Amino acid sequence: MRIGGEGPIGRGRRIGFTFDGRAYQGLAGDTLASALLANGVRVMGRSFKYHRPRGVMTAGSEEPNALVTVGRGGLQEPNLRATQLELHEGLAARSQNRWPSLTFDILALNDLASPFFGAGFYYKTFMWPRAFWERVYEPMIRRAAGLGALSGAPSDLRVEKAWAHCDLLVIGAGPAGLMAALTAARAGADVIIADEDTRPGGRLNAETIEVDGVPGRDWAAEITAELSGMDNVRVMTRTTVTGAYDGGTYGALERLAPEVAARPGAPRECFWRIVARRAVLAAGALERPIAFANNDRPGVMMAGAVRAYVNRWCVSPGRSVAVFGNNSDAHRTVADLLAAGVHVSALIDARHDATCSLDVPFYPGAQVSNAHGRCGLEAVSILTPSGEEKIEAECLAMSGGWNPSVHLTCHMNGRPDWREDIAAFVPRPGAVPGLVAAGVARGDFSTRACLQGGVAAAREALTALGRTAPEIDIPGAEDSRYDITPIWSVPGRGRAWLDFQNDVTVKDVRLAAQENFRSVEHMKRYTTQGMAPDQGKNSNVNALAVLADATGRAIAETGTTTFRPPYVPVSIAAMGVGGRGKGFAPQRLTTSHELSVARGAPMIEAGLWYRPSYFPAPGESHWRQSCDREVLMVRNAVGVTDVSTLGKIDIQGPDAAALLDLVYANTFSTLKPGRVRYGLMLREDGHVMDDGTTARLGENQYLMTTTTAAAGLVMRHLEFVHQCLRPDWDVRMVSVTENWAQFAIAGPKSAELLNGLLDAPVADADWPFMSCGPVSVGGVGARLFRISFSGERGYELAVPARYGEALFRELVARAEPLGGGPYGMEALNVLRIEKGFITHAEIHGRTTAFDIGMGGMVSKAKDCIGKAAAARPGLSGEEREQLVGLKPVGTVKMLVPGAHLFEEGAEAVSDNSQGYITSAAFSPTLGHFLGLGFLRNGRARHGQRVRMVDHLKGVVAICEVQDPVQYDRDGGRMRG
Amino acid sequence: MRITCPICGERDRREFYYVGDAVALERPDADAPPEAWHGYIHLRDNPCGVTRDLWYHEQGCAAWLVVTRNTATHEVLGVALASDEKGEAR
Amino acid sequence: MRFSGLRVLREGLTGNRGWQAHWRDATPRPEYDVIIIGGGGHGLSTAYYLAKNHGLTNVAVLEKGWIGGGNVGRNTTIVRANYFLPGNSEFYSHSLKLWEGLEADLNYNVMHSQRGQISLFHSDAQRDAAVRRGNAMRNQGDDAILLDREGVRRHLPYLDFDNARFPIYGGLLQPRAGTARHDAVAWGYARGASERGVDIIQNCEVTGIDIDRGKVTGVQTTRGAIKAGKVAIVVAGRSSQVAAMAGMRLPIESHVLQAFVTEGLKPCINHVVSFGMGHFYISQSDKGGLVFGGDLDFHASYAARGNLPMVEHVMEAGMALMPMIGNARVLRSWGGIMDMSPDGSPVIDRTHIEGLYLNCGWCYGGFKAVPGSGWSMAHLVATGEPHKAAARYRLDRFETGRGLMDEEGTGAQHNLH
Repeated sequence: MRIGGEGPIGRGRRIGFTFDGRAYQGLAGDTLASALLANGVRVMGRSFKYHRPRGVMTAGSEEPNALVTVGRGGLQEPNLRATQLELHEGLAARSQNRWPSLTFDILALNDLASPFFGAGFYYKTFMWPRAFWERVYEPMIRRAAGLGALSGAPSDLRVEKAWAHCDLLVIGAGPAGLMAALTAARAGADVIIADEDTRPGGRLNAETIEVDGVPGRDWAAEITAELSGMDNVRVMTRTTVTGAYDGGTYGALERLAPEVAARPGAPRECFWRIVARRAVLAAGALERPIAFANNDRPGVMMAGAVRAYVNRWCVSPGRSVAVFGNNSDAHRTVADLLAAGVHVSALIDARHDATCSLDVPFYPGAQVSNAHGRCGLEAVSILTPSGEEKIEAECLAMSGGWNPSVHLTCHMNGRPDWREDIAAFVPRPGAVPGLVAAGVARGDFSTRACLQGGVAAAREALTALGRTAPEIDIPGAEDSRYDITPIWSVPGRGRAWLDFQNDVTVKDVRLAAQENFRSVEHMKRYTTQGMAPDQGKNSNVNALAVLADATGRAIAETGTTTFRPPYVPVSIAAMGVGGRGKGFAPQRLTTSHELSVARGAPMIEAGLWYRPSYFPAPGESHWRQSCDREVLMVRNAVGVTDVSTLGKIDIQGPDAAALLDLVYANTFSTLKPGRVRYGLMLREDGHVMDDGTTARLGENQYLMTTTTAAAGLVMRHLEFVHQCLRPDWDVRMVSVTENWAQFAIAGPKSAELLNGLLDAPVADADWPFMSCGPVSVGGVGARLFRISFSGERGYELAVPARYGEALFRELVARAEPLGGGPYGMEALNVLRIEKGFITHAEIHGRTTAFDIGMGGMVSKAKDCIGKAAAARPGLSGEEREQLVGLKPVGTVKMLVPGAHLFEEGAEAVSDNSQGYITSAAFSPTLGHFLGLGFLRNGRARHGQRVRMVDHLKGVVAICEVQDPVQYDRDGGRMRG
Repeated sequence: MRITCPICGERDRREFYYVGDAVALERPDADAPPEAWHGYIHLRDNPCGVTRDLWYHEQGCAAWLVVTRNTATHEVLGVALASDEKGEAR
Repeated sequence: MRFSGLRVLREGLTGNRGWQAHWRDATPRPEYDVIIIGGGGHGLSTAYYLAKNHGLTNVAVLEKGWIGGGNVGRNTTIVRANYFLPGNSEFYSHSLKLWEGLEADLNYNVMHSQRGQISLFHSDAQRDAAVRRGNAMRNQGDDAILLDREGVRRHLPYLDFDNARFPIYGGLLQPRAGTARHDAVAWGYARGASERGVDIIQNCEVTGIDIDRGKVTGVQTTRGAIKAGKVAIVVAGRSSQVAAMAGMRLPIESHVLQAFVTEGLKPCINHVVSFGMGHFYISQSDKGGLVFGGDLDFHASYAARGNLPMVEHVMEAGMALMPMIGNARVLRSWGGIMDMSPDGSPVIDRTHIEGLYLNCGWCYGGFKAVPGSGWSMAHLVATGEPHKAAARYRLDRFETGRGLMDEEGTGAQHNLH
């Protein structure tokens, strides 16, 4: 209920929202949680396993219970923390993990069966009958488990990613963080201060503490104003630093204010990569609960959260509040409640020696042993030194002490240190290089110590940055001692919760220890303690204290599990922004792309490139019709295709020839200028890396072509060979793939086409097969290569890329009257299969030069990359599967790439597999299917029959093994 | 992770391609025995601690770099041009 | 103690006081017949099958930390048998068969869920490779179904079929593939081995391997010297360090592989899905978290944690493939140390030192191998001969070039597999 008070919550502006369809009103500045509390809503969620009714426990991102779903369709977001969700007009939140409704949930029956649902029960049952696991048990478990739901629609969240760089990143804008930022900022450092709250101040926003004689939150606002006014400071509110990574890189998630996110085109969230030379962790601490029976009742809350609701949001979580603690914060809570006019029914202080100056029923040395009221707290039972009592209360504010937020300091495998005096883990210095902790995060609890600590941390950072720290006055503030006597769980009957989200109780942890899950990691995994959305922020320390007790060890010896990024959950959409649809990888388009598309060619991916599959002619309804026509067109007239996607590397220098001799299996130093040679490149492990033709353009200049797929790989490889193996060689190389548009002109009429186009015709005498040289097209300098990947007389004509589109248009226009035209990848593939030319379907990374019949190309006269390894006994010989041609000779006339090959009479099982088909196509030239494949000892088996079996489509074909070159074996057509 | 390229300056790890141990610089002679090649291609000290490995500034200046680095902490201790390292070794 | 639903009921009614330790914490004895270094999935399953199949129970498993604390405790839980090269094909096929009987064998519910895996392909070339793979699986007697685009849509309607950068051509479905509760696998084997007399010794780090005239005689540990005539190194992630104690240099480079889990969600992904173009694979745990991963961070590392470039790349792949998961929030990321071998396949073999056996090089396929690896390793240690399902996992294959199993076809660069 809303109470009077001094809190900053905007009076007057009312905001309408709904929860589970019911309309409520809140105030500007409310979170969903504070607004629901103000409206008297106590049950906000259901627990994971037992489906127990739950209310809000905290006031921050660590909230375990009040998780809601917002939005529909692509905007549906499950598991949002009501404690972080800023109230805005029209907000419609829904509770989750309940059916049919939050107040009546069928699966709450689980709670009754809890004796059977203890830690790890599922490892011991659901095994019989076996078939029931997938069909009955698992679906049942899956439906019951989970929290919120995705809608199934593609995410429509507007998100962004961004980079930021700074000298100092200050994580947390409480008293320590603000002072650290101020100190560094005044020294001129480039500062980012990030805080996950909507306003800087940290606990000062939730407390009645004064700083420098003014209310803490006013002081924070003043400092923030100064910082915001400085050019060298970025104040990032609503920004949670989620992870610490190598090299001073931090991940951070910024949530934009609802009114900002609502602007057209504005993102809802931004995932930041912040590179900081130094960092200060001033992330404060999280309060921990105390385990006692039914401590999960709605209305049992953290004392610090109760103070936040009262002081900041002017909300009392109940008409009467009992306060239970083991440290001085309990008293602070009572004082604040009384000051706000809230009835306090008891102060239960577990410390026997505690005294109280406040006018409330005071129970020193007492503990809360039970909580009553299933859907909202009604009363608590307490154990006092004089016996048991029941005290009425709608809210119990509990404080088991504070855990410094050490999480980020553990992201790089650092382990925190246990400090007995404050009963908490603190960061180990140096755990994250360049990051120091300050204030409460370091275990300094008084406000004054935080202010001092912030300055000290900034000084340390400034020294490292080579800057002089300015003199700065430490403001006055309370400097009280943090006095705590740890209690982790109150003995007694009933289930006492540790992990509220995953429903892990003290009994579960004890059972784990009993079953020898004594390591903290085993206990975690066996009970699921700390694995829920809060990642144990509220429960880990308590759980390991219980484990320590159960195993007779000290807490320090028991150790902790590992904190890992992200500190708060981050949406896949935010971290993966840009990956959607076409954004996942660059699209590389050739200069003929638009013309191809305009001609109706389906474009297919070739690495990052797009290439035309085929060019449908009028009347063609099936790709095979187009493909067959294009093949015959090339064989009988002339075809034009864009080959610009092949990698082109310009290699120059006196040692260019030496470099090529080292990277190619065959020799290039002997190649004459003006000539082209096919080259085979091996990896150092003796297998084929890539192939292509390389032209010698001049004495000291070569132009290498690579396959489309391997262009980047080969470029990297050449640089490696040069820089890492032979830096003494005078040679340079550059990729010119995108600088030149290159077109293959193939077919018996290719010379005719070309001669009509070039400024000076080419004569066969000057341009024999495998020659190259400069030519001129319409006055534009071009390069011509007489090479062929089709087996026909062929040329490749290259022009600077800006002329590519025009040249393609011209080539096609001139081809058509000759009975030719453009051809696509399908025809290109058929043409090369007919000729037995290989692609990466054959040189797939596991084949050797020997396998593809090119063993003889590995020069004996010189060293080359891969030569030594290729000489290993296992890389050649009869046992190897060798490249063969295949054609169907039985009743089934088709071949299937990927089908395996067997002896004719052999059963199609693994032990009998003799090889497989790599490429297959119908050859319109030869009138039947053709294949390439690998067959054990295949070169010796030409003429034999093998059986091809494709189990997947149920195709079995008898094939004859033949030479891979199945068309124009002597190459007469190509040489012209 | 950040790597300081001697040519380009400090850059994010994502600009670099990693190939493996800097043993790759020490290619055996053509007539070296098979064991030498086996060692070069396959075997690795693979230390948990300081190592020298080979990176390529693929999205930068195309320099191959020898990075001295701790595999347990990811701390980068030094970066040199592979061509310089190789030059000194020869 | 036998686990059953009835037992759970009985214990539930009597305060769960009767449950006993799942395995005994043993203290080291001075001598064993066999010492297994490494209390991960593979080490524990080796111990279990040594005891069960070969009657060898005078066995110690030495674990430097807590059992199941390595990669068996931090993976994406996928179990499949969809390899296509001889060697891998028969091994994973055998392993999957063991998975199918594991709960009954161990009397421990490891939640092996055969929900089916679909590996997507995005081009004709990838389809051809998938056909080859599928046929290899069928040749091996395993199940494989080729789905076309519409077939994939029927199973996975939430994929981005309309606008993907790499269109979905189809997928290879293995219905028998699925997931398992990874930690439980380690515990189940530990329990089974312990019940048969194997000593499971935690917090016992091996610091030296004792070798006398070419023969192993025992190990030095942080808890003293222990003698044994046979020592098995089963420490993937730390193989190079332990093998170095025996003077061996391995063909292994250690790399970090990250994985991720989201907050719990109601069921939305019912298969294991892998994205051929994006190095992305995903399934949903029984608790509701989406469990997914991608490729290595690509640099040698023992840090067991990764960095943002790969985190972001994996998320981008997820958005590219199935944008309906965009609003799920990543709860936790972690990293494991992968033994990357030059051909991407493992080693289960003798060494040149008599009595010293090596099990390493699992790259990032080790989890599904746990039963098969333990079975084969136990056979090797007990009989001195490789088991037929793992006969090709020889250490000398790199030197000879015989029987390389490079499924990726990327060659002897350790991090590319």
